[in-house]
Amino acid sequence: MSRLPGSGANPLRDPADRRLPRIAGPSGLVIFGVTGDLSRKKLMPAVYDLANRGLLPPGFSLVGFARREWAHEDFAAEVHDAVKEHSRTPFREEVWQQLIQGMRFVQGTFDDDDAFERLRGTIEELDKAQGTGGNFAFYLSVPPRSFPVVIQQLKKHGLTDQSSGSWRRAVIEKPFGHDLRSAEELNKVVHEVFEPDQVFRIDHYLGKETVQNILALRFANTMFEPIWNRSFVDHVQITMAEDIGVGGRAGYYDGIGAARDVIQNHLLQLMALTAMEEPASFDADALAAEKTKVLGAVRLPKDLGRSTVRGQYAAGWQGGEKVIGYLEEDGIDAKSKTDTFAAIKLGIDNRRWAGVPFYLRTGKRLGRRVTEIAVVFQRAPHSPFDHTATEELGSNAVVIRVQPDEGITVRFGSKVPGTSMEIRDVSMDFAYGESFTESSPEAYERLILDVLLGDANLFPRTEEVELSWQILDPIEEYWDRHGRPAQYKSGTWGPVEADEMLARDGRSWRRP
Amino acid sequence: MKIDLTGTTAGAINKALVRGRRAIGTPAVGMVLTLVIVTDEENAYDALKAANDASREHPSRTLVVIKRVSRSPRDRTSSRLDAEVRVGAEAGTGETVVLRLYGEVSEQADSVVLPLLLPDAPVVVWWPVYAPLDPANDPLGALAQRRVTDTYAAEQPVRELSARAEAYAPGDTDLSWTRITPWRSMLAAALDQVVCEVKAVEVEGEEFNPSCELLAMWLADRLDVPVRRSLSAGPGLTAVRMDTSEGPITLDRADGSLATLSIEGQPARAVALKRRDTAELIAEELRRLDPDDTYASALAYGVERLNTVPEPARAEPAAVAEPVEEAAKAPAKKAAAKKAPAKKAAAK
Repeated sequence: MSRLPGSGANPLRDPADRRLPRIAGPSGLVIFGVTGDLSRKKLMPAVYDLANRGLLPPGFSLVGFARREWAHEDFAAEVHDAVKEHSRTPFREEVWQQLIQGMRFVQGTFDDDDAFERLRGTIEELDKAQGTGGNFAFYLSVPPRSFPVVIQQLKKHGLTDQSSGSWRRAVIEKPFGHDLRSAEELNKVVHEVFEPDQVFRIDHYLGKETVQNILALRFANTMFEPIWNRSFVDHVQITMAEDIGVGGRAGYYDGIGAARDVIQNHLLQLMALTAMEEPASFDADALAAEKTKVLGAVRLPKDLGRSTVRGQYAAGWQGGEKVIGYLEEDGIDAKSKTDTFAAIKLGIDNRRWAGVPFYLRTGKRLGRRVTEIAVVFQRAPHSPFDHTATEELGSNAVVIRVQPDEGITVRFGSKVPGTSMEIRDVSMDFAYGESFTESSPEAYERLILDVLLGDANLFPRTEEVELSWQILDPIEEYWDRHGRPAQYKSGTWGPVEADEMLARDGRSWRRP
Repeated sequence: MKIDLTGTTAGAINKALVRGRRAIGTPAVGMVLTLVIVTDEENAYDALKAANDASREHPSRTLVVIKRVSRSPRDRTSSRLDAEVRVGAEAGTGETVVLRLYGEVSEQADSVVLPLLLPDAPVVVWWPVYAPLDPANDPLGALAQRRVTDTYAAEQPVRELSARAEAYAPGDTDLSWTRITPWRSMLAAALDQVVCEVKAVEVEGEEFNPSCELLAMWLADRLDVPVRRSLSAGPGLTAVRMDTSEGPITLDRADGSLATLSIEGQPARAVALKRRDTAELIAEELRRLDPDDTYASALAYGVERLNTVPEPARAEPAAVAEPVEEAAKAPAKKAAAKKAPAKKAAAK
């Protein structure tokens, strides 16, 4: 016979059966701030795409919570529009029919006790009607100042009580504080109510296929790892460039700046994945252990003035469009010292990386939108070719492009066809979109599924967040006390100071 | 871009491929496999269309091998190879060569295909119709890591399943098996939700649909319980009923798209279980190229061990008595009797 009650294992599951996808167990998702942009453009379409791929459990429920006066039908109509406009997979009526049965809307503000009582009632009703089994994830797509109140309300109304075998999880978005102290405070608030392993911090970069591919590239192959160290690597450049300005985020952005907004989370995570040692396994604990180790080994340069640069975009032309400078943007203080460009140089004090600088830069209104990790190798120690033959030859590089058009480029020298010996750089390109899927799953799809499955692999932990702030805080303090951001023309690759910073080391930035 | 070659050879086709790629300006390509489609003229169009759609997920070189029937004895002795080379937008994200083989060369198709395979990349052979009885030992099948047949297209699907089981070699797979992945995943999800002991199972679906048999064999193999296969008007699979220690679990799909999952003590829930088109099936098939052991194991269970009910089951549930092995007989009947009220409960 198949199995006895209580014996646990599902006889229809078999690790060798690779076709069966990981389907989340009975569960529901509650989104706070459901009328926001993120929810409409990313979360709702991601939920639909998951359902369309057959990865959501039967009876999956989606509850929206917002101030707007909506009935369940209005909410469903809103989700319908959002899905039609933004979903990755084609719209199919029967998938929609499956989803719509579990859609509810709760109207209220975050300090409204009645609304949270109604929310509890809705969840209980869904457990009965949809069989969600008391398993709910609360997605806090709300401004950071509302975190404490929402979390306290959840606790007050018994929404975080996990009864026998069911779970309640919290999903929070960056920013995870604005310095170490505020991050610790935030963690305290959240962990008072939710167990640390039930808190999922979304860093959507980690859900991207190429970022996961960094691990595959490094640890599944033999040809990269032997040279992935100080003996062969000259330096590493990690860039995240945006072509847009501060736009509608002025209120949030001013006073925060590029370094806190991007370097603290995305770039330091990318750096950790690039530099970490091989984890013992691919479970969340082993990965977090290696990332924590490498973040803990990060050393700041002695002279912060010479090894960090910040800038602000000035008026100019970006991609054929005339744009205004940061200080002229709506809602920005004309005397603001907020950085829209930040470049820093870090070292990692361990045997593998001692002496190899990691250059991290990010900025708004740069040449184009691109995120990439470039591992630049040393030049060949000896060249049998004469100087003129290799004049045009640069350094070898492995470049991992995270967005857009995810892929990997390898740059090496090759002989130019013809009679004389002349060696020049060529790039070999592996485009993810081309070699595998045209539309790889959206990061949010993967991350929402992981939350429902309770798989914490791709989520930064408390220690990682706090270590990242420890790295960034001294730099921010230095910037507060010294000088002002350098101005750079919109549409260029940042202030000249950034180029000078690398030139002092005898290096130069890649043009991504 | 399209290049037509008449009375040609594999070497000339290779040159045409390089020329085509140069002409569209992408000399390097990231193709991940070679897909060989062996078919007749009648089915070539649909098969190629499905393959091109699937190539969005798996950029591939697609070789369509069409064996042309020669009408006269004179034609049969002469031999000719025609090719149509397509690169760029017309060939999905990869490149396509349609090969038409006349006369003697049609018996030597492997000699044409071998030089056209991508270096080092895996090879998949797909027979949309008329699959050989022993795919692994077919000259073209022998070139491939993965051989995809489709018993759904066979004249006598159930007998064909037995033949597949007999000739099975690692790397064989069948689109009838691919078709039931959503069902299998939903049934597994249902058993994730209830800890119970499954006592008997019934799989209901249209006649001449080998997917029903495969699903029944998989369930019988995994659960080690008697499985009853009953017939309905379709479309495709219509229901799976599991009799468990915690009450019945039913997955019911009457219309071919939206199903209802009913579990005792839990509310009935709607589940999207759409019948998928061939392009999606092929895309799933190309996702994994290692041997499918679960398929092998289900196939090896043996279609003849299923308790097949010849008439629509619900018409005369008690009167059925057919030669089946003794062990399977009694519990299956009991299960069927028990299920009648369960069905009503689910319909509410």
